Order: sequence, then C-alpha cells, then structure tokens
Amino acid sequence: MSAADRKRFNLLWLQSGGCGGCSLSLLCAESPNLLATLEGAGIEMIWHPMLSEASGSEMIDLLNRTMAGEIPLDALCIEGAIKRGPKGSGRFHMLSGSGRPMMHWVRDLAQVARYTLAIGTGASFGGITSGGDNPTDACGLQYSENRRGGLLGGKYLSGEGVPVINVAGCPTHPNWVLDTLMHLAAGGFRREDLDDWQRPRSYCDHLVHHGCPRNEFYEYKASAQQSSQGGCMMEHMGCLGTQAHADCNIRPWNGSGSCLKGGYACINCTRPGFQEPGHRFLETPKIAGIPIGLPTDMPKAWFVALASLSKAATPKRLRSNAHADHIVVPPSCGKRDPDE
Amino acid sequence: MSRRILGPFNRVEGDLEVKIEIRDERVSEAWVTSPMYRGFEQILHGKDPRDALVYTPRVCGICSVSQSVAAADALSSIEGVERPPNGELAINLIHACENLADHFTHFYLFFMPDFARDAYRERRWHADVAARFRGIKGSAAGQIMGARAEFMHIMGLLAGKWPHSLSIQPGGSSRGVEIHEKMRLMSILASFRGFLERHLFGDTLEGMLEIGSEQQLLEWCEAEPPGRSDFRRFLYLSSELKLHELGCTCVRLMSYGVYPLRGRNLFGQGTWKSGAFTPLRPEEISEDISHSWLEGQPSPKHPYQGVTLPDADPESGYTWCKAPRLAGEVVEVGAIARQMVDGQPLIRDLVGASGSNVRNRVVARLIEIPRILLAMEAWCRELQPKEPFCVTAPLPDQAQGAGMTEAARGSLGHWVRVKNGRIINYQIVAPTTWNFSPRDQCETPGPLEQALVGTPAGESEKEPLAVQHVVRSFDPCMVCTVH
Repeated sequence: MSAADRKRFNLLWLQSGGCGGCSLSLLCAESPNLLATLEGAGIEMIWHPMLSEASGSEMIDLLNRTMAGEIPLDALCIEGAIKRGPKGSGRFHMLSGSGRPMMHWVRDLAQVARYTLAIGTGASFGGITSGGDNPTDACGLQYSENRRGGLLGGKYLSGEGVPVINVAGCPTHPNWVLDTLMHLAAGGFRREDLDDWQRPRSYCDHLVHHGCPRNEFYEYKASAQQSSQGGCMMEHMGCLGTQAHADCNIRPWNGSGSCLKGGYACINCTRPGFQEPGHRFLETPKIAGIPIGLPTDMPKAWFVALASLSKAATPKRLRSNAHADHIVVPPSCGKRDPDE
Repeated sequence: MSRRILGPFNRVEGDLEVKIEIRDERVSEAWVTSPMYRGFEQILHGKDPRDALVYTPRVCGICSVSQSVAAADALSSIEGVERPPNGELAINLIHACENLADHFTHFYLFFMPDFARDAYRERRWHADVAARFRGIKGSAAGQIMGARAEFMHIMGLLAGKWPHSLSIQPGGSSRGVEIHEKMRLMSILASFRGFLERHLFGDTLEGMLEIGSEQQLLEWCEAEPPGRSDFRRFLYLSSELKLHELGCTCVRLMSYGVYPLRGRNLFGQGTWKSGAFTPLRPEEISEDISHSWLEGQPSPKHPYQGVTLPDADPESGYTWCKAPRLAGEVVEVGAIARQMVDGQPLIRDLVGASGSNVRNRVVARLIEIPRILLAMEAWCRELQPKEPFCVTAPLPDQAQGAGMTEAARGSLGHWVRVKNGRIINYQIVAPTTWNFSPRDQCETPGPLEQALVGTPAGESEKEPLAVQHVVRSFDPCMVCTVH
C-alpha cells in the first residue's frame, strides 16, 4: 500500500489563550522535519494557524463543516489556556471574525473529535495564564490546575473513549507532540498510555533528572551557588529536575540543549500549577538548611543521611568545578609512564 | 459604502480582527481589533521581580528571547550591574538568532504564501511562486524548516532551549561556552550563511550589503532571472503588483536600539520623520486607553504610572490593545524603522522615495538578515572561553527600572517598579501594540489603521488579498500586543 492510498489522519490545530510557543517549538522538529514527519505518518494538517493558506471566512467555513461532520476530525489540538472570563462570558478571547468566544468553538469541536489533545501546560491545566489571581479565569481543557473539570468537564471522553491527552510542557518539545500524534494515527493508543495527569507516558515516565549532565555533582551534593556555575542546582538554585516528569535530558532540545544544559534550573513546567511555586523560581526553599522539595519517592531521612555522607566525600575536582563556569579541574588521567 | 469584518488572520502570531469600510472598491476607514486579553501585568503584580524572567518570556512564543532581554535589562538597570563582555556577546547571539529566525519564518511561512493564492493564477509569475511558496505544500516550506531548525541549534548550545529560556540573566548569561562549542557555533552560522546565499539571496551576504540605492537594487534584480533566488522572486512580483504603493504610512519611525556591546548598540536608537533624525526621549512615551476595553486610567500615562485593568463593558472600546504614543504622536516600529534610524543606505533611499509601505517593510527585514548574520559571526569570534559569562548583584528593595530593546517586529519595553522587594507595577509595551494600536483620544488612528486606507477591496473579493498583504507586512505579533 503506497502512502497515498493509506487513510489520512486529519489534524486540526487551534490556538486559544496562550503564547503560540508550542507551535513555534513544533517548527523546530528535525530528522525528519515537521512536514516530512506528518507526511510519513499519513497526518493531514487540515488547518494550522501558522502554516495554512486559508484565512478568514474560508477558515470559519472549514470549522463549520467539521462540526457538521462533513470533514472527519481525527485529532483536535488546542494550544493555550481557555479563557472563561469575564464572568463566564469567554469574551477575553473571541475567535476573530466569528463573533463567538473561542471556548464555545473548542467545546463544540471536542464533541466531534476522535481524539482531543491539550498542547502545552496552558491547554492542559491553565498554566502561566492562570498565574497570580487568574485575571482571565483561565483553565485547561479537562483540568483547572490539579482539579479535574476545566472547560470540558471531568467526564469528557473523545470519540475513541479517551480523555483529553495532556501534552504538557511550557513549551512542549516538538517530539512530545509528534510522537503522540503518530501513535494515534498508527492506532493502538490506550488510556494506559497516559499517566495520572493524563500526560503521555512516553515522555512522562522519566524524570528531568535522568541523564542530567550535572548528575555527578548531584551525587556528591557539590552545588552551584550562582547563575552560570557548573554544580548541581537542586540545593540552592531551585532546580526541580528530581521531581519533574519529562525526558528533557534524554531527548535534547534544539540539537543539544535542555534547561540544565543551559545553566538554569528545571521549573517543573509539565506539572499542574508550576506557575505558582510559592517561592522564587530560581531559589530553593529550605527548612533548617534542608531543601523542602526532595525527590518524590525517596525517604527524607535517607536523603539527609546520604547527602551529608556524600558531601564529606566530595572530591576536590567537583568542589572546584561546582563553583566555576567552566572546568577548572579536569578528571585525573592516572599515573604517567615514569620513563616518559 | 459597505462594512466588513475580516478574520481570523492566520500566519500572524495570535488572533486579529479588522473591520473595514469600503467605498469605490477601496478601504476608506479601518479599525483594528485584538480580540484576546491575557493579563500578564496583573499576574506579575506582587511577584518577586526576578520571577519576571520566568513569566515574561511566556508572553510570547515568537519574541520569547526579546521578552527575556527586556526583563533582564530592566532588572540589571535596577541592580546597576554591568555584564562581562562574554555575557553581552552570548545574549546578543541568542537574541540575534531569534530575530533572524523570525524574519526568515515571516518571509517564507507567513508572508509569501499569500502570493500563491488562486486569485493570482493569471499572473505570469504565479506558477513558479505557487510551486515555491504554497502553504505547507510549496517546495520552500519543508526546506526552510530544516534550515531553521538547524540554525536554532544555537539556542540548544547557548540558551538551553527555545522558546522560553532562563539563560538570560541581569548579570549576563548562565551558560559558559567552551572552545569546542564556539567552533560548533561557527559551523552552524556558516551552514546557515550557505543557505541564505544559495536560496534566499542568490548572492553573498557582503554583496547584498553593497546594494545602496533603489536603482542598484533594480539593477541587481534584473541581472539574473527571478527564479535565481527567493528575494528576486519577491522583488519581481512586488514590482508587478506595485507593492511599494500599498500599505503606505508617513508616521514617525522609532527604534530603541539593540545588541549592545561595550556601551554601543549595533543598531542605533532614535526616531525618524520627514527626512530628519531625532533622539529618542523615553519619558515621552505614554499609553492611551480611550478606545480600549480597559479602565482605571482616565488620561494617557507613562508606563511607570500605567494601569492595565480590563473593562467588562463591550461599549467602552473596540480592542484589548492600548494606544501607545510618543509625545502624543503615532509611531511605526519594525525593521524598517530600525534600519532608517541606523542609516542603512538602501532603506534610507527606498523610504526616502516611497515612504513606509509593503515592499519597503519586507526589503528592510530581508536586508537586516545579512547585517545580523555578519555581526553574529563577529560576536562568536570574540567569545573568550574560560572568562566569566555572568556576574550577580543584590536586588534593591525599592527601585524602578526599564528594559528597552528590539524584537524582530519592533520596539519592546518593560517598565518595572519595585517596593518592599515586590513588583508593584510592571508594564509592557510591545511592538505590535505600537503598530496595531487603536485610535487615541484625538481620534488619530494607529499605523495599520492608517496603512489600510486606500487598499483595494473589491465587493466580489471575500477576503481582500491586498488587505492580507498590508496586515502581514508588519509581521504582527498579537499575543505580545495583548499581554
């Protein structure tokens, strides 16, 4: 069967009350690039706000025909939080040219979608837009932060009997989105492929800590104290990599990067409510000198005991490199041949 | 006379609606509506000022780094901290990477696909342009995504990721660079240069910057067939469609200046109107909400005193966007303003002859690309591995500061006031807030509202294409506009 004969998997992408960063991140997909990936997986982008030619009334027609069932909707991707304010009217985001609040369009389209995906932490849980006092009454598709509900309600299931798929992240890695879409298009996606927050387990069964290049510093609690220093950022710099669910240090960003590799802390952006940590983002809150947020599945007493032991055993190399912005003491090469 | 509401406009960043009044097949009046309100200034109230580095990049997925730079600059002005040269160089490289990628994305993915539309199928250039630029299906789309993604490896190396990095700090960059990484950066720049020279320009970057006048641009264009490069394709259809007569404005142009190094900006700061340069006086900036769905500010205010509070009454205005003014004057921002203020010879000549218009905005963006890439190569060579990239300083409990920089699409400013170690006011004035501003208290329309007047809009045309060209020529970013 040639690629052209295969049944196409229709994807409709709409931007709600977010920053557009997940779409921009998606454009960074590579090996293969975004269009080649979609093509290879038989995914037809029937409309995307940054890529499609169709504009204005042509786009509204397309939405109406989709809702009427004339165009099959396999995957509905919503990027950005849903704005319900002011006073439940949704007027903080009207879909332009339609005179209708975006939240009504999303609610109606979700009824005809085989799968509904929340792209990014905003669409999943509310995210940054619901920070502070949540001035626009923003929420996610099926959650308001960690409470089930959101725009579509806790009981919502898409056509295939799956709840909203929360591809959380602020922003999302291009392949978190594409791997999920390809899995859906290929068939066989099950409820069990999602974790407790309905995030794809393909990337959320990992911790950001996994593969962190600063792991050796973590082992010895050789900690950075200031921005640009090389040490572990958990003790002082607010890093939540040991608690955050994502594979950022296994699957690189933009070729080779990750937050940790960029020299700054993981802020756990795949988690509901990450935007209000209750303390300064880049500073670790402590009680009696001990960080409050320890690795989720490690007994606290053990952590403290191991930390003090490993601190006492920290090699000079790590102690020095932890406080410098480049390697000042390289690993020893062992003894040289005395005859050399 | 008839009135129409146009939208949604895709291939702009965010949501936009335009209401037009048509007389004799031309737009006689226009009202620009930003139909979304985001509330960042309210969210930032009461936060630790340093947390602005987390929140403000998320104002925008396409100008994310510019937002980071403005926030970090505002904090560094408060802390009185001086970045080490490596810090300035690294931040400039990250910022330039975003701005250059934005110009590139705008041209190939946002602006050019409109010329592939069937409405132009009778034109002799249409078949070639459609094959190259058609949305998603054109030969350029996949090709440029590959080149762009590889160019963005600069972000992986210097900023951890893009968008929404935290590597840009008040005292410099959190990411030190080793010698082998400097080599990698050079190779990424060289590879992207190759793409630009082969496909976008069909000439060397240095050759592009030798074009100093409209006449020379014409001669350069005619020296080879249009299919030789994408810039030539654009110039060719632009002269056929007379894009230099479309979307004209004659308002003041402004640039805050950008890419500082050792006290000097690569692109200078100032304003330009009627052939004369004037220095910028930031204290003359004010925001007017007379036609916005906002309240709590009876008269225009400087951003330090500005208030951003939504007004639930739909009759109180026609947009969530404020109307920023400089000494009460309407101002246009963007690459065209930046290059005019900086004295780029080709842009001075083009704008001198025909003002700001669709063609000149696009040419200014494209001619900025070689200027930025050459600067990036020089900054990269200057990086000194093993030397400091970042310094830290305490943040005073009581202070105010501003960060003023340039995003791809124009001037971006953050103004912050701090009391008892907390933000008591944070106001952002974004590029498209200037360009797509509504009318002010004197009923003077904003730049796009002025640019649209006179644009052809036939009764039979459901979505007037000329309007689309004018709107997209500004490279709008609506999510920033209504932060």
